[in-house]
Amino acid sequence: MTGPHVRDVVIVGGGVVGVTLARQLARYHLDVLLLERDAEVGFGVSKANSGIIHSGMHADPDTLKGQLEWPGNVGWLELRDDLGFGFAQVGELLVALSEEEFPTLDALEAQGERKGVPGMTRWDQATIRAHQPNLSREVLAAVWAPTAGVINPYEAVLLIAESAAHNGVEVATDEPLTAIDPPADDPGAPLVLHTPQRRIATRFVVNAAGLFADEVARMAGVGTFTITGRKGEEYLLDRRLAGLVTSIIFPCPTATSKGTLITPTFDGTIMVGPTAEATDDKLDTATTPDGAAQVFAAARRLVPTIDERDVIAEFAGVRAVADTEDFVLGPTARRGFVNAAGIQSPGLTAAPAIADHLVAALASEGLELRERDDFVPEVEHPVRFSVLPDEEQAELAARDPRFARLVCRCELVTEAEITDAIDRGARTLDGLKFRTRAGMGRCQGGFCTWHCLELLAERRGCALTDLTKRGGDSWLIRDRDDAPPTPVEVGERR
Amino acid sequence: MTTDLHDRATPEPEDATPQGDVETHAYLCTGCPLGCRLEVDAIDDEVVEVRGFSCKKGERYGRQEHTDPRRPVSTTVWIEGAAIRRAPVRAADSVPRDQIRDVVEALRGLIVPAPVRRGDVVLRDVCGTGVDVIVTRDLDRVR
Amino acid sequence: MTVTPHTRYLASRYDVVIVGAGPAGMAAAVAARERGAERILLVDREADPGGILLQCIHAGFGLHVFDEEITGPEYAGRYLEQVLEHDVDILTDAYVMDVSPDLRVKLMSPDIGVSTVDAGAVVLAMGARERTRGAIRIPGDRPSGVYTAGLAQKMVNLDGYLPGRRAAILGSGDIGLIMARRLALEGVEVVGVFELLPYASGLTRNIVQCLHDLDIPLHLSTTVAAIHGRDRLERITVAPVDDERQPQLDAGWDLDVDTLLLSIGLIPDAELARTLGVQMDGVTGGPIVDGCMETTRPGVFAAGNVVHINDLADWVSQEAVVAGDAAAASVTGAQRPRQDVRIVPGDNVAYVVPHTVASDGTHTLSFRVRRPITGPTLLRLGDVHRRKLRAAVPAEMVTVKVGPKLLEEVRDDVLRIDAVPAEEVAT
Repeated sequence: MTGPHVRDVVIVGGGVVGVTLARQLARYHLDVLLLERDAEVGFGVSKANSGIIHSGMHADPDTLKGQLEWPGNVGWLELRDDLGFGFAQVGELLVALSEEEFPTLDALEAQGERKGVPGMTRWDQATIRAHQPNLSREVLAAVWAPTAGVINPYEAVLLIAESAAHNGVEVATDEPLTAIDPPADDPGAPLVLHTPQRRIATRFVVNAAGLFADEVARMAGVGTFTITGRKGEEYLLDRRLAGLVTSIIFPCPTATSKGTLITPTFDGTIMVGPTAEATDDKLDTATTPDGAAQVFAAARRLVPTIDERDVIAEFAGVRAVADTEDFVLGPTARRGFVNAAGIQSPGLTAAPAIADHLVAALASEGLELRERDDFVPEVEHPVRFSVLPDEEQAELAARDPRFARLVCRCELVTEAEITDAIDRGARTLDGLKFRTRAGMGRCQGGFCTWHCLELLAERRGCALTDLTKRGGDSWLIRDRDDAPPTPVEVGERR
Repeated sequence: MTTDLHDRATPEPEDATPQGDVETHAYLCTGCPLGCRLEVDAIDDEVVEVRGFSCKKGERYGRQEHTDPRRPVSTTVWIEGAAIRRAPVRAADSVPRDQIRDVVEALRGLIVPAPVRRGDVVLRDVCGTGVDVIVTRDLDRVR
Repeated sequence: MTVTPHTRYLASRYDVVIVGAGPAGMAAAVAARERGAERILLVDREADPGGILLQCIHAGFGLHVFDEEITGPEYAGRYLEQVLEHDVDILTDAYVMDVSPDLRVKLMSPDIGVSTVDAGAVVLAMGARERTRGAIRIPGDRPSGVYTAGLAQKMVNLDGYLPGRRAAILGSGDIGLIMARRLALEGVEVVGVFELLPYASGLTRNIVQCLHDLDIPLHLSTTVAAIHGRDRLERITVAPVDDERQPQLDAGWDLDVDTLLLSIGLIPDAELARTLGVQMDGVTGGPIVDGCMETTRPGVFAAGNVVHINDLADWVSQEAVVAGDAAAASVTGAQRPRQDVRIVPGDNVAYVVPHTVASDGTHTLSFRVRRPITGPTLLRLGDVHRRKLRAAVPAEMVTVKVGPKLLEEVRDDVLRIDAVPAEEVAT
């Protein structure tokens, strides 16, 4: 019954923590499988958040969140250099709108110093105005922290997963974990997992299942915590407003949230949000009129000219909040079952440090780490045609005519970038969008969606009607009822 | 909240109505932005009076719309060997309003081979209307 | 026989470069050639010239230009024949990336790579793009099955795919109405068209022929208040709106649909104009133009939907004839009239195009009213002149011809246009 094959580690969940851990484990002689229930990795919490790498000063140093925030920040720089996703250290400005908030500035600055965050300085009104002229006149003082950055989180997750896969990790998508067998009598026996596709034996399981980590822990018989959803709505403004702010603008935080931020995204749009609303439904990523009202009221306190009419897109993500309000990391009462749960803010920032923490935890549980000498840290960086200088654009276009055929006009994405993304594993329209930005601009895919679908179908060798927006039942189009049994022959468009 | 613009529909003929009675029918004139609400009094197809128009064209439209409403019809048919899967076609002349669906149905499943040229006839005398269906775009054979 | 000869070699300099080969670009090309421009380059993104006309398979085109009612593809085909007769270089499958202030045009195409040509004049004829869900901010989930009407039109009419089985349409613009009919005829159940405003946005003709004929209900003062569905669209909440156009959720109801088409308006696709730094009209979203359709940057002209949204392709082409003609004149050194009269929108007029004209010429002024006047309407052109219209609604663009006689009487070089109900000014 039990197959002869026993994995070393199965990671449940292909979010930022899961893929980052997978890539770290790929540095060693280990047999690692990553299970993702969605059609592509990073389609859960990891794709729908503020996309911020925090400066390092925010979380309480007496918590895991606080201990892993700053080392995580540092870890992202190395990942960026290896993988080439969008990440820029634009810095953050934590602002006080009243004198009552000055103690908060003091406290967070002191916290940052205690954690070793470099470069923080206090700015007065004149300095603030000189750097961020569009901020409200009500801003009285601020802490400037140059270490904060903006990231394309989905792009990062996809590339980290790609790197893990390149180095031998099996990344299985559309494969949810459905059950874990109870412990066998033999304490040394492997854990046995079930998915709709197969039965998997493994020595270690890492529970990085995000919003559903509590359910996975219960499957293993160690349901010691619960995860609740805390929804955050985000609103993206037209690229025309680029430069409205050039750093991330933070208000002083409240008990449950860092407040509504104004973020200059890596791609040059402005993002405002998030809200922080408890939700019973962990999959509720609906935006609401109340959420929008809240976000824009708060945002206008920081930058008065911000206007709902400039919104080009909106989305919501649900943070996975453990009842401990801290990360839940490390071994459990079930031998071989390790948690990586409750990854709420600053989870994205901390992810590289969380991965290191988990590797150490696995080692202390008996996973032997023999370093490989053939680990390749880099992947070929995706080309971003739109930001290249003229000569490089011309050179690429001369070499490969697909670089001279435009697919997405708003974001200037070429056919070569699209086909590269498909070859790197994009299977869905959203997956393609997150990898290339095609369809993210002001026309929101009005022009390029069809071309993207045609390229996906062509390169994946499937029918257009088989394609989905993001897997599952998110089908896009259907055939006509009078479609002939043998599809009509269609020639090359050119 | 359905708009009353939609209440164009001719009143259902009632069996009890004796033949020869004048009935009033409502139409929306499409001649100009005014969108006049026309009332056409008629005994069956015999128009007695048109009211509510603001110009001669409107009156004519009311009569035509009551006695013989006609529409342009366009749709597409399968095309084999072109760069796209569907070739646009239209009825060369307007057809009776009540036959729009029949015309489209008659073209369902039809496959034409590329190349085609504007004006090529894909179906003659569609649904006995005396009207041909013609291609409206030049499409080459590709590959 | 080849439908479209396609340029594979570019000259380094053109008299006129035209961006976009739809009803504006093709008309401008022909006009520029007829006015004496020698070398003309017509650039388009798609594989075939024609622009959006190619997916507009319905009738309603050509009455003004060809004196005959034809469909979009036929209109494009006829114009293309003229373009070909006029010896114009056509570069399709190409994109104009940038136009510099000294009219160097940077473009990309698989045939020629990324390259630059110098232009004596440039005509912007990029048309419009559709407003999206983001622009009107419908709250709720983000499932598949929500499409702009134009994208649905492309997939249905060119490629023969259907967007779903049961559809609702938000917005009563012409594309939405026409797609309601197309879907209904192709076997998609269309449960209704929902319009935020108390009046329809599309032409009366389309209300009758697309909705009434097929028994598709139109709900005025009603909007889609929420979208539901994790993967595919499952349901929408529709609700009547109050005077502030805010949805009244307690009076709303749910509809099970797997498809929602958005026909909520077009926006001039004028990014190129913006990057060129020409002055823009905040109302139209397009560039400010004079009586020659020249923008505020000399040598850069614009025509059609990139300037303001037109109801008819015919009008787009007629406007582009002015632009093409003037673009050619600008490179052949012909004397051009001084644009000395400013046209200003007054009471109940949203905008007027062109924004300035020459007082010694004859011009067609196009504008839209802000609020519908459903009866006799008086147009005041300056202090003295009056014109009568039967009605004026925002859905239908109004055009008036003005000549030297009227323009020379204008005081302070400003012509103000008002559109008011006739009875209000009876006294």
